[in-house]
Amino acid sequence: MRFVDEFRDADKARSLAARIASLCEPGRHYKFMEVCGGHTHTIYKHGIEDYLPETVQLVHGPGCPVCVMPMGRVDDAIHIASQPDVVLTSFGDMMRVPGGRGSFFDAKAAGADIRMVYSPLDALKLAQKLPDRRVVFMAIGFETTAPSTAMTLLRARQLGVENFAVFCNHVTIIPAIKAILDSPDLRLDGFLGPGHVSTVIGCRPYEFIARDHAKPLVCAGFEPLDVLQSVYMLMRQLADGRAEVENQYARVVPWAGNRRALEVIADTMELRPYFEWRGLGFISQSALRLRPEWAAFDAERIWPLPGIRVADPKACQCGEVLKGVIRPWECKVFGTACTPETPIGTCMVSSEGACAAYYNYGRFTRQRVEEAAR
Amino acid sequence: MSGVRRRINVGLLTDETIGPGDWILIHVGFALSKIDESEARAALEFLEGIGQAYEDELRALQESP
Repeated sequence: MRFVDEFRDADKARSLAARIASLCEPGRHYKFMEVCGGHTHTIYKHGIEDYLPETVQLVHGPGCPVCVMPMGRVDDAIHIASQPDVVLTSFGDMMRVPGGRGSFFDAKAAGADIRMVYSPLDALKLAQKLPDRRVVFMAIGFETTAPSTAMTLLRARQLGVENFAVFCNHVTIIPAIKAILDSPDLRLDGFLGPGHVSTVIGCRPYEFIARDHAKPLVCAGFEPLDVLQSVYMLMRQLADGRAEVENQYARVVPWAGNRRALEVIADTMELRPYFEWRGLGFISQSALRLRPEWAAFDAERIWPLPGIRVADPKACQCGEVLKGVIRPWECKVFGTACTPETPIGTCMVSSEGACAAYYNYGRFTRQRVEEAAR
Repeated sequence: MSGVRRRINVGLLTDETIGPGDWILIHVGFALSKIDESEARAALEFLEGIGQAYEDELRALQESP
């Protein structure tokens, strides 16, 4: 496919890796966080870590929307699904996320009507097809996905679809990055910026990272050469003693973002005072809810939620994985009690989760490297 | 989309004109961004340049006594 295959060339990857190696200062270790789960997936799928010098480490960040959903929110969604006449819809990724009392699949097996959709517009269509039911869309995702939910709400109002509602769980990336920067557990040298979030918010919101924290950020694309080039650009900045926001993914990300997308979010949603993130805890002004004018479409107002906090299972270390404090294989239950088929934690559920990506693509490489070293 | 036909909402691309032959980034049924061909070309040229410089260096290394 155009704009994809060209960015997967192995020879160019090797030259980039050699350039990166030539920029390494002897004795110095480099740690870069890829904020977005899409990058985590690319890194493991294409074995990018094998190309990088050993002193350059990529740390996985909190940018996987499914992974940061706390268990209590899954229980809340199942509570909505068990109300009379309700059909709950969400993206396929959500179906296996464990809540305090099971996942959507478990609730479905127990009789709840929960369906997967590809797009929020499909949920709206379902509401039109089932006028006697109440169709609720559980919205998850960062700023990449929030405009789609917003557009669907505008369309629902325009079409007068009254049996459609949204359970809004949209989160915002900047507060999560701030929480990481303020966390004492982790020392980072720079960030790979989330390419697709940036198509919406643009590159300016990251400027505080360079200005106040003196760390470089490069907005990165999702093909292997995009990731390697972005690492190269970060290394170049460090070598030059610069800390700036740069845009490697300019073919998709406009510096100013998508004005219309930001407008429709602002028309339909507002910041919550605070929101609980799995692993990161409560972060103020880090998530979106529907504006009061949209109350008739707001599942949280239609059905008061139990909102009970559920602590993560003791064995689960998703929190540390999400903050980049430990790597997936360092978790006690990785690949044994916790696998993609029977996940304990969210990082093993979504294909963007660090544990799932590592389990699916990376675990054998590591084994081989260890065996070779012995 | 890779052989799959789907109706895509382009309501978020109000700042650009799109037509047949354009490439767009699609997420959950919505077009989020139009791919900028000249930026894509510039990125590829940079990568070509890096590859060329690397090969030149290798050659210089091999030829050096």
